Amino acid sequence: MNETKYMNPYLAGFLLGLLLIITIFITGRGLGASGAVKSVVVASVNSLAPEHANTQKFYAEYNSEHQGEPLKNWLVFELVGVVIGAFISGLISDRLSLKFEHSPKIRNTTRFVAAILGGILFGFGSQLGRGCTSGAALSGMAVLSYGGIITMMAIFGGAYLFAYFFRKLWI
Amino acid sequence: MGPLVPDIIGNELNYVVALIIGIAFGFILEQAGFSTSKKLVGLFYGYDFTVLRVFFTAGVTGMIGVIALGHFGLLDLNLIYVNPTFLWSAIIGGFIMGLGFVIGGFCPGTSFCAAAIGKTDAMVFIIGLVIGVFLFAEGYPALESIYKAENWGYVRIFETLNLSQGVFAFLLTLVAILAFWAVTYIEKRVNKETILKPVPVYVTLSVIAIIIGFSTVFMPDRRENLLAKVEKAEVLKSNEIEYITPDELTLRLVRNDNTLQIIDFRKKEDIDSVTLPNSFPMKIEEMFDKDSKKILSKRSKDNIFVCYDGSIAKKAALLGRELGYKNIVVLEGGFNLFKDEILNFKNFGFNGQNTDDTHRFRAEASVILNKKIAEAGKNKGDAGTKKSKRIIGGC
Repeated sequence: MNETKYMNPYLAGFLLGLLLIITIFITGRGLGASGAVKSVVVASVNSLAPEHANTQKFYAEYNSEHQGEPLKNWLVFELVGVVIGAFISGLISDRLSLKFEHSPKIRNTTRFVAAILGGILFGFGSQLGRGCTSGAALSGMAVLSYGGIITMMAIFGGAYLFAYFFRKLWI
Repeated sequence: MGPLVPDIIGNELNYVVALIIGIAFGFILEQAGFSTSKKLVGLFYGYDFTVLRVFFTAGVTGMIGVIALGHFGLLDLNLIYVNPTFLWSAIIGGFIMGLGFVIGGFCPGTSFCAAAIGKTDAMVFIIGLVIGVFLFAEGYPALESIYKAENWGYVRIFETLNLSQGVFAFLLTLVAILAFWAVTYIEKRVNKETILKPVPVYVTLSVIAIIIGFSTVFMPDRRENLLAKVEKAEVLKSNEIEYITPDELTLRLVRNDNTLQIIDFRKKEDIDSVTLPNSFPMKIEEMFDKDSKKILSKRSKDNIFVCYDGSIAKKAALLGRELGYKNIVVLEGGFNLFKDEILNFKNFGFNGQNTDDTHRFRAEASVILNKKIAEAGKNKGDAGTKKSKRIIGGC
């Protein structure tokens, strides 16, 4: 296979760690991802069903915290950057191509259902757990947050626990 | 000094910073191979532990960096965002995410990376994310009780384990290195590789990492460190402190001397009942804060430290010297003596005659000063109660 080589994982981890330190030093907060999705969801509900956004507690609380501008959020800008950065990386390493990736042993529809279901679970869980792998687990570990590290252990522990039942999706 | 937001970098510029940091974040994740689900779930089946290596290295590097910045006083650890602990939601949310991880093959950040280079399965995952967040939002009224249960606040993990920050960091570094060696072994077995000998470069790197990790043991947070030092050094260094007598302070106050300001270390309710003119309330722990810095580092001002009997003010003065503040003077005998000698001065019927100068001075000054204090009490509140707050972050 003519696969472009990935960066050494320890080097990548070290660079990511440095980026995390710089981020905390400059902004006082860590990296994140799921929070940006939340902003987009709230913004969409605001424009599609403003009545509903006013009465539902979740949106109302979020809007009051963001002065009614849910998209003007640090994580939204950061995530736009993530997409740009990943695109540049893919361009440099010659990995840009439209591809529906899945194990050869499963059908497209199976992967489709799994991807969307996995997304739903992750999206839901990230809201309940106040952050995802980036915001809660990684950033939480850097500042030694108890909650962040508990969430990290639950994510990876949970994944190991359930891995056996979904092995056919991958191996 | 740090965090630079919001004092040095404004909130608008912070969005530009966010974009740049995001670009670096996305670039590194993609270069590490986090843009393919096959690689991401590898660690759960033992054939590819890239995620664990990148993740753990990044976490440990970040942790050591933050500890070092805190130790050298470059970053105020009390202002940075520490994810709050809500025990049940952290555990249940984590498990749901873990389930989502093995089914969907991505986590939120990595799915955006993968989508950026054209992985359509990642785009499907993102649609799922949006639906998932929407479902949570809609179900929030029912979920709120779990979401907000067992609120422990901004707990840090070493506190719950009764370890110092440095010792915990060192142990975590060791765990990470052990994990790296263990997973490399597992990976080679699963992928049926025959060469199981350790790579010399990684032996060297492990040793370096252990040394760096161990150094965190000697890097207590600057704040804790100084507070402990001040407690111990109190007796030793007390002769290095400058003092002012109640009479001298009174004279300067009566003369409306504006080259002095009073830093009051008494309890809030006591300050409220008797507010000294031109005074700022402060607590010893607050001396590290940016707001206190603004007050204490004013030019050509003598900072008169006042507490009840002078003992807290003395510690605060030592701490102030350690923090590099000059012109710190402690009120001898504290507020109690000041009150006895000046504010509550009783003339014992001498009526200003045949008394020594001190008596006459105190008698007159007492009247003037009590007026000033009454005024200061009225004007209080415009001193500005704005405080630097902990930054709100997270997802």
